[in-house]
Amino acid sequence: MKAVRKFFDTIKPHVQKGAKFHWLHSTYDAFETFAFVPNTTSKTGSHIHDVIDLKRTMTVVIVALLPALFFGIYNVGYHHYLSEGTAAANGFFDMFLFGAIKVLPIVIVSYVVGLGVEFLFAQLRGHQVNEGFLVSAMLIPLVMPPDVPLWMVAISTVFAVIFGKEVFGGTGMNILNPALTARAFLFFAYPSHISGDLVWIAEKADAYSGATPLALAASGTPQTHSIAEMFIGLIPGSIGETSVIAIGLGAILLLVTGIASWRIMSSAIIGGLTMGLLLNIFATTTNPFMEVPFWQHLIMGGFAFGVVFMATDPVSGSHTQTGKWIYGFLIGFLAILIRVLNPAYPEGVMLAILLMNVFAPLIDYYVVQSNVKRRLKYTKHTV
Amino acid sequence: MSKVIKIRKGLNIPLLGEASRKILKAPHPDTVAIKPPDYKGLTLKLNVKAEQYVNVGTALLFDKSNPQILITSPVSGIVKSINRGERRKITEVIIESDGKNTQEEFEGINRSSLTPDLIIEHLLKTGLWVNITQRPFGIVADPKRKPRAIFVSCFDSSPLAPDLSYILEQDKKSFVHGLEIIRQLTTGKVHLGIDANKPELFESITGVEKHYFSGPHPAGNVGVQIHHISPIGKGDMVWTLRVQDIQNIGRYFTTSKLDFERLIAITGSEVLEPIYVKTVVGTSFTPILKGNVTTDKKLRYISGNPLTGTHEMTSGYLGYNHDQITVIPEGDEYEFVGWAMPRFKKFSASNTYFSWMFPKRKYIADANMHGDPRAFVVTGEYEKYLPMDILPVFLLKSIITNDIDQMEQLGIYELIEEDLALCEYVCTSKTEVQKILREGIDVMITELK
Repeated sequence: MKAVRKFFDTIKPHVQKGAKFHWLHSTYDAFETFAFVPNTTSKTGSHIHDVIDLKRTMTVVIVALLPALFFGIYNVGYHHYLSEGTAAANGFFDMFLFGAIKVLPIVIVSYVVGLGVEFLFAQLRGHQVNEGFLVSAMLIPLVMPPDVPLWMVAISTVFAVIFGKEVFGGTGMNILNPALTARAFLFFAYPSHISGDLVWIAEKADAYSGATPLALAASGTPQTHSIAEMFIGLIPGSIGETSVIAIGLGAILLLVTGIASWRIMSSAIIGGLTMGLLLNIFATTTNPFMEVPFWQHLIMGGFAFGVVFMATDPVSGSHTQTGKWIYGFLIGFLAILIRVLNPAYPEGVMLAILLMNVFAPLIDYYVVQSNVKRRLKYTKHTV
Repeated sequence: MSKVIKIRKGLNIPLLGEASRKILKAPHPDTVAIKPPDYKGLTLKLNVKAEQYVNVGTALLFDKSNPQILITSPVSGIVKSINRGERRKITEVIIESDGKNTQEEFEGINRSSLTPDLIIEHLLKTGLWVNITQRPFGIVADPKRKPRAIFVSCFDSSPLAPDLSYILEQDKKSFVHGLEIIRQLTTGKVHLGIDANKPELFESITGVEKHYFSGPHPAGNVGVQIHHISPIGKGDMVWTLRVQDIQNIGRYFTTSKLDFERLIAITGSEVLEPIYVKTVVGTSFTPILKGNVTTDKKLRYISGNPLTGTHEMTSGYLGYNHDQITVIPEGDEYEFVGWAMPRFKKFSASNTYFSWMFPKRKYIADANMHGDPRAFVVTGEYEKYLPMDILPVFLLKSIITNDIDQMEQLGIYELIEEDLALCEYVCTSKTEVQKILREGIDVMITELK
């Protein structure tokens, strides 16, 4: 520890203002504050500060994503061997190993490419490197199909960081969720790699159907997976989105630590159930998707993952407490609406969240205006 | 007891070093200081020269735009030095006390013929006027304007704060007298904010409106109490006073003698014996803290409480509006991957650490920032610690963008720094909330001139 401190102390004079390598100070800063919480003490205002900082917050979110990541790795292997018909012959470790070989490169590409762009921008602007991307870089692989080519991961990550975040001024200023921006880019630029029945199982055997439960429901085909399998997550899908249990573990951590908004999570679930129920009531024979029992929407596709990890992004979501109820509800409501009634896309969560990201400032605007009006009323005195 | 106003949002930061209920008479300080930056809203000019002899009550400074407003000396002795800071602004007037407390001669008080105008005249002449704070903005009151009402918070809920009812008990008579005097200064009501758990002391007090509050800090902040009793709007103006200032006013109007005595709490984890001390306004820290603080680490001396107090040197002075001295570790050390550590011995209001599992434990808090400043990322954080119908982040953003209409609409009239201090404490992004708010208030003051 002392040696590490000494190492930083020897470099520090060279990156300080006026020194030769000052232009590298953002990069130096990022590494130094990663290794050591700075020794700065309070200069104005409160003398004491809570020990929480953005690094801690982001670390907790990453930890919350780990169950989904690990399950995703296993699930990729499981479905690969299932499609080959050799699931019984391969044990847990074989499946996990196959999944790791498939998934970890995606994670690494997302981190390396994304952080590269992030550091570059911080350098150019003389900003600090922000911790926010550590989470985005973990989210990106988890919403990718397992067979996605690595170069596509790289391009969509670059696109997401630059156009999803940096053009707006960096972390805290972005309008859209960066990880979803990456997925949306892939979705519209290379649709054949992120939709259909072929991409959800890594190195799938040709004869095997790789349709996701959502695709089956959309076409009215009977489900090949049981409800229990959908809940546990043993279904084809994006790497991290399948297991409601793993996502639930993350959700518990996020809610106990208070990092994610329980308002958004609960109102999104209520919104999803409401839409599902409405569709059940008005179900017609022309669209078999409408007959899927409303609660099953919660365990299919990316609904759980989106609601727990994407909708609750504090920057791109609604900032007011009242606004969060409206924002969350509409995400759930629209996600199921798009999912069921839109013939082009069998999944609606991503688009619903991105759409609501755009509307979040408008929701906040009205919440703030109602606060202003209410305040004006009760602060009037007849002096 | 009438209805209790329950404050639900807020936080009592569990710190070590609360003062025990024991009073020590401190030795008379060798020096005292008057610190002009403490007097918000005034531009102070010197009325004395260095080496001049002053009595208790001699005017040391006066306000440039309102020359009747005087700052008077709390002790008798010699003006030792006048310290100036940036752009030659006066930062301290230091007086070497002779320990005799010779009084400046004032006209006698005829209690039966006191009119509001006469009271104001007395308060201005004696320098007791500056104890009256005006809301909005938390500045020294303007003697030419009449307030809609007067508010007094009778308990302090800040971390390690002195128990005001204990201080009140010591001289309740002066408090009651003081209330009778200030009651005449408004055609409106005098509101007392009382701790719902300790109402007994106030049962006998009449002629005022009593409001009972329960819940965590900032329930004791007068701003929060005003918000729940009768919030401040545009064009509105009320006054606030502190308990000990009312006692001082009461003493003057009963005895015709100026007395700047103050009972203060010596608190903080680095104080060996946290205790109450009887001393005077502006006292030097030295005689009070000598031999009563730890010596094994670098310390931070604070006049006031750790959330809103001012940073002082070892040989600092008590601010005129403070009744507390706090000593905590400076904490200017690097912490190896601190953000990833369990930090069992540190308190966090968030559940990302483990202090929420030990609700009874008390903690040492140092002055370290515990992180680098960042852009606003986390939302809904401040809202949990501000028990007012105000959107703090939107207000702060309107200040940063200098949007005066928005500041007004979002409630800047209702707030001063102490009301947002908890938001600053819990902030993940380490935003300088109190500084930003004061900048906004300063903009509003110039705008309304």
